[in-house]
Amino acid sequence: MIDYTPINMKIWSRLGSSGAYGIAAVEVVQNNPNIVFLTADVCSFSGLDRLSENYPKNFYNVGISEQNLIGIAAGLAKEGFIPFVSTYAAFDSLRAADQIKVNMGYMNLPVKIVGLTSGLSVGILGPTHFCNEDIALIRSLPNIIIISPADCTETIKATIASAKINAPVYLRLTGGINNPPVYKSDYDFEIGKAITIKDGNDIAIIATGSMVFNSLSAAKLLEEEGISVKVVNMHTIKPLDVDAVRECFNTKLIITVEEHSVYGGLGSAVSEVVAMSPNSPPQRILGLSDEYKAAGSYTYLIDQYELNLNQIKEKILKTYKEITK
Amino acid sequence: MNDLRIISKRIRKDILLMGLNTGNQGSHLGGSLSLVEIMAVLYARVLNLEDFNSESRDRVILSKGHGVMAQYAAMKENNLLKEDLLTFKQDGSKLPAHPSLLHNLPGIEFATGSLGQGLSLGVGVALGLKRNNNDKSKVYVVLGDGECNEGSVWEAAMSAAHYKLDNLIVIVDKNGLQYDGKTDDVMSMGLLDKKFMAFGFKAVSVDGHNEEEILNALNIAHDNQPMAIIANTIKGKGVSFIENDKTWHNKRLTKEQYEQAIAEVELER
Repeated sequence: MIDYTPINMKIWSRLGSSGAYGIAAVEVVQNNPNIVFLTADVCSFSGLDRLSENYPKNFYNVGISEQNLIGIAAGLAKEGFIPFVSTYAAFDSLRAADQIKVNMGYMNLPVKIVGLTSGLSVGILGPTHFCNEDIALIRSLPNIIIISPADCTETIKATIASAKINAPVYLRLTGGINNPPVYKSDYDFEIGKAITIKDGNDIAIIATGSMVFNSLSAAKLLEEEGISVKVVNMHTIKPLDVDAVRECFNTKLIITVEEHSVYGGLGSAVSEVVAMSPNSPPQRILGLSDEYKAAGSYTYLIDQYELNLNQIKEKILKTYKEITK
Repeated sequence: MNDLRIISKRIRKDILLMGLNTGNQGSHLGGSLSLVEIMAVLYARVLNLEDFNSESRDRVILSKGHGVMAQYAAMKENNLLKEDLLTFKQDGSKLPAHPSLLHNLPGIEFATGSLGQGLSLGVGVALGLKRNNNDKSKVYVVLGDGECNEGSVWEAAMSAAHYKLDNLIVIVDKNGLQYDGKTDDVMSMGLLDKKFMAFGFKAVSVDGHNEEEILNALNIAHDNQPMAIIANTIKGKGVSFIENDKTWHNKRLTKEQYEQAIAEVELER
């Protein structure tokens, strides 16, 4: 039984998102023996050592074959099992895109894909291991729920929630080891229901994944300049919590922040709501620019793509000054 | 075997009628006609499909989904399909050009059409059956030889042997032609039976238009390993002007051609 104590939540944040996924895996399989876990030669990296040692019959390692990974999981889903698959997000999303389309989008089989190290967290390995594109790809496929947890506690909650719904899910894990915790005490998580983690009147920041923490920190810096900033954790990108977006319309500026391409991700999803609304404030999309930058450490690459909390704050401040002058 | 030959003949004629009825749209006649005897044997003699809701039913994955006319006709022949075959490929039809799940058609359990995906699905289904201690059902995956160009077929083959899936049977409709020409010219696959053996399957080659050979191959024991049956076939089998002609992969059949084709099928055997 998982205990959402402040101490545990602190420990989980040190494990990083894969470690948190591994903890949730053991939890869900204890409650439902029909849940199975598959990976493509990244058992340890998926945080699944404990699961595979204690529940070997609920674990399959299909080797380095991501297309096969999705296909086998789909077949197991067809026979009534609930399969979770995990490998680097770059490989279990883009590499297996057609299998995801046919098995999960078209056939609607309830496979749960866990995209590890999405965004830039293994950026030291170069652009092959970046995953700036997965939301854009999967958002265009019908039926698939996309969840991007803000921290390790939310990764655990999202994994458990995914195991309970009879739908295909893409769970996008961002952030490195020592994932800074957004949440320090227990809270309610519901798929499709965004969470306002800070109220404010002048600007609304809608963020997802790793960028929720940076956005919250940037918001606090903006408050020091006398600007009141609301921060929304949009952990579910599809289906988008449209009401939560509309609730931001009473501010002067909407900012979206994501560790994903500025094309096709959270920013695009929010802009689809904004574009159809006559009373919306302007929106600015912050995310990964449309280019592959050279390999580097996670923090280095976040700086290169101008998404550290100071850079986020400065960009927001500049835009805010332009629209309010 | 005589009754099976009669069934095959009727399936072949139904395919031609469906092809005619698609008009200018055309249809995948070549790769459906090559599948006739395989489907006839499966549906008339092998598959347990009396109750589509029964857990003990067999599972069929037509990975080469474009051959679906042979599947629809074989299902119709065995009273497993209510739909009128003449609705094939019509707008809004429950019998589209590739097997689909959007129509909730009993007996069609997997959507295919994007080549190379069916065997991985079959591996997952076979694993699922074993997890459920279901030793009554088997999984039949029907591949094309051109389809075997897809690398994902071999990822799946590797894993079928790794998991010792003796409840999985692969049938390759080796008709020797793909869209752009002879498989040996487009992308030579070498010896498919040897390839499957090297991947850990038990494998045999049969005359894919001989019902008895197909049936015998389907009865071969394959303990602890999956089975591959390489069915040597002729694309467009049974119609002289369609046989071994790549242009009939997907093509319109005229009324005159239809009548000639039916006459040829009537005369055969």
